[in-house]
Amino acid sequence: MTGEPLTIAHLYPHQMNIYGDHGNVLALQRRAQWHGYEPEVLEVHPGDPFPARADVIVGGGGQDSGQSKVTGDLGRHADEYRDAVEDGTPVLLVCGMYQLFGRAFVTSEGERLPGIGVLDLETTGSSKRIIGNVAVESDEFGTVIGFENHSGRTVLGSGGRPLGHVAKGRGNNGTDGTEGVRYRNVIGTYLHGSVLPKNPRVADFLLETAAVRRHGSFHRGTPDDARADAARRVAASRPR
Amino acid sequence: MPTPMHRPRKAPVVKTSLLLPLVVLVGRTVRALARRLGGGTAIPGLVVERLAPWFLPTVLGRLPHGVIVVSGTNGKTTTTKVTADLLTSQGLRVFTNRTGSNFTRGVVSAMLADVSLTGRLPADVAVLELDEAHGVHFARAVRPTHTMLLNVLRDQLDRFGEIDTTARLLERIARATTTTVIANREDSRLVRIGESLEGVDVRWIGLGPATRAAFRSDDELHGGAEGPGPAHEADVELLEYDGDTARFRVGGQELVAPLRLGPVYNAFNAAGAIALTRAVLGERLDIDRVRDGLAGIEPAFGRGESFSVGGTPLELVLVKNPAGFRMALAAYPHAGVATMIVINDADADGRDVSWLWDVDFDELRATGVALTSGVRAADMALRLQYDLVPVGGVEDDLEAALRRFTAENPGPKRIYATYTAMLVLRRILHGSSFGVLA
Repeated sequence: MTGEPLTIAHLYPHQMNIYGDHGNVLALQRRAQWHGYEPEVLEVHPGDPFPARADVIVGGGGQDSGQSKVTGDLGRHADEYRDAVEDGTPVLLVCGMYQLFGRAFVTSEGERLPGIGVLDLETTGSSKRIIGNVAVESDEFGTVIGFENHSGRTVLGSGGRPLGHVAKGRGNNGTDGTEGVRYRNVIGTYLHGSVLPKNPRVADFLLETAAVRRHGSFHRGTPDDARADAARRVAASRPR
Repeated sequence: MPTPMHRPRKAPVVKTSLLLPLVVLVGRTVRALARRLGGGTAIPGLVVERLAPWFLPTVLGRLPHGVIVVSGTNGKTTTTKVTADLLTSQGLRVFTNRTGSNFTRGVVSAMLADVSLTGRLPADVAVLELDEAHGVHFARAVRPTHTMLLNVLRDQLDRFGEIDTTARLLERIARATTTTVIANREDSRLVRIGESLEGVDVRWIGLGPATRAAFRSDDELHGGAEGPGPAHEADVELLEYDGDTARFRVGGQELVAPLRLGPVYNAFNAAGAIALTRAVLGERLDIDRVRDGLAGIEPAFGRGESFSVGGTPLELVLVKNPAGFRMALAAYPHAGVATMIVINDADADGRDVSWLWDVDFDELRATGVALTSGVRAADMALRLQYDLVPVGGVEDDLEAALRRFTAENPGPKRIYATYTAMLVLRRILHGSSFGVLA
């Protein structure tokens, strides 16, 4: 393949990979190829330097124990991640990493654990998990389909707008109808695992933004999304 | 530990010996009625549980060789079946929950079929398969004498939330155990549980260097093996297995036995069964009978079962979670075999199909997948597209898919299916029109 290169950074794949997050990286990788680019996946582990050459950054969900292992490492690079986000780097953050990029996580015992504060949002722990199929209506991406499984309740500050509003499911906190966050070129969401394969528009937004930033333009290929459309129809028809 | 709401129930003031016949009679009547109405197997158990919560501990507490609980994410059914078979081959009478109902009420229902009016089971020992949550519930009522902890893997996270939560459930079952806990030393979470136990005999099962390569824990997913070698000497170790013969180390001695249980993880379940049998019988264990027992064992339902359709073999492989699916793909050769994958998303399958993205399907790229089916056939086809695996077709309806699959593929066939899909498949295959020989 002789396409233009794109570098996909996968944050903490060992610790933060609980819900099929590998699928998001694979989706970016394959779709980049289908659009004619030559993707490279860069795994970022605790102790590694900040992935400065990343064109797109992906971070997933983790066990509570996995999350505690990466918190310190992420904190050491908080300024670099903030600069990358402010500079317009496309970023996908799911579940745990979505929470960690916020201002803080307040445990159900009231302990306040600081996040890296790149996103204006705060999460509170809860003993009751929110679990089920989700459909989110987004102005930007149409209907975003997925599955949520989280105990945190996230409330957005004024510095970010929601990814969309839930037509099915609970979203950020189960009360205000919002799901996820949009800020600069960051997408944060509780829709885990296979969010990108079933939502090609979201995947292609990240790739297009990455390509334009690095190469000045995006050459759109013609991926066959018939199966994604079919999987979306089925998922949308399932009970919450 | 029992919470204040769930203290072990005391027997009522009236002597249980007087009430037992009454409870048995009521339970049997409900059972007969439920059968006539075609109702579920759990209903009589539910009634008896409500009426006489002491029935379960009273009856099981009388078994001279105790109560064995088998729990963990994968391998419960195979381990329970092999344990029951091995104990039987040692001359013990075994009570087990063959219906596969993982609820305590399912256990009670099964007991009602066999128990005498005086509340005696014609058994020396019970071997019960219980999932993590029901295992905790059961152990509150009946403290197991022996517990086998198989593994903690990603499964049905939409139900339990997180792996660490699941591990805590297993820890509670282990803490309620009175005599012996046997744990898989290859699972770091179970090692931590085993090391923390006090007042019980803790034993381990393990893999030898040659078999360990076939297993990867979820923590090693997308990352390669980490950590040191085993920290504990295994009571039973699986050294080698080729689908025909297994070589174990049992308490320092080698045991070579014929074993035809399909994939290697079933052979590891047999190691757990040997360890349980050994723990129950102690020095009275007859190792020749263990060998003979292993030679006669058939795979449990849907765990590598083989059917004959039109004169060629059709294998059914149950897949429930990423680890199980990965190991199944690694264990079977794919060349020359047509493949179908059936994914449902009922509660028993796991409602969240994200787990499919944690399975690597590259191994199927060369042969392709003939059909995907089930409620989430489209999700499966999408998953395969991203691993560049050719897919012959997508057919949601399982019966139509099975007809097309068998018609278009006259040679050997294999179907990977989730739990509820497996139930339907077996029902169709046992129906008259397929001319199936089990």
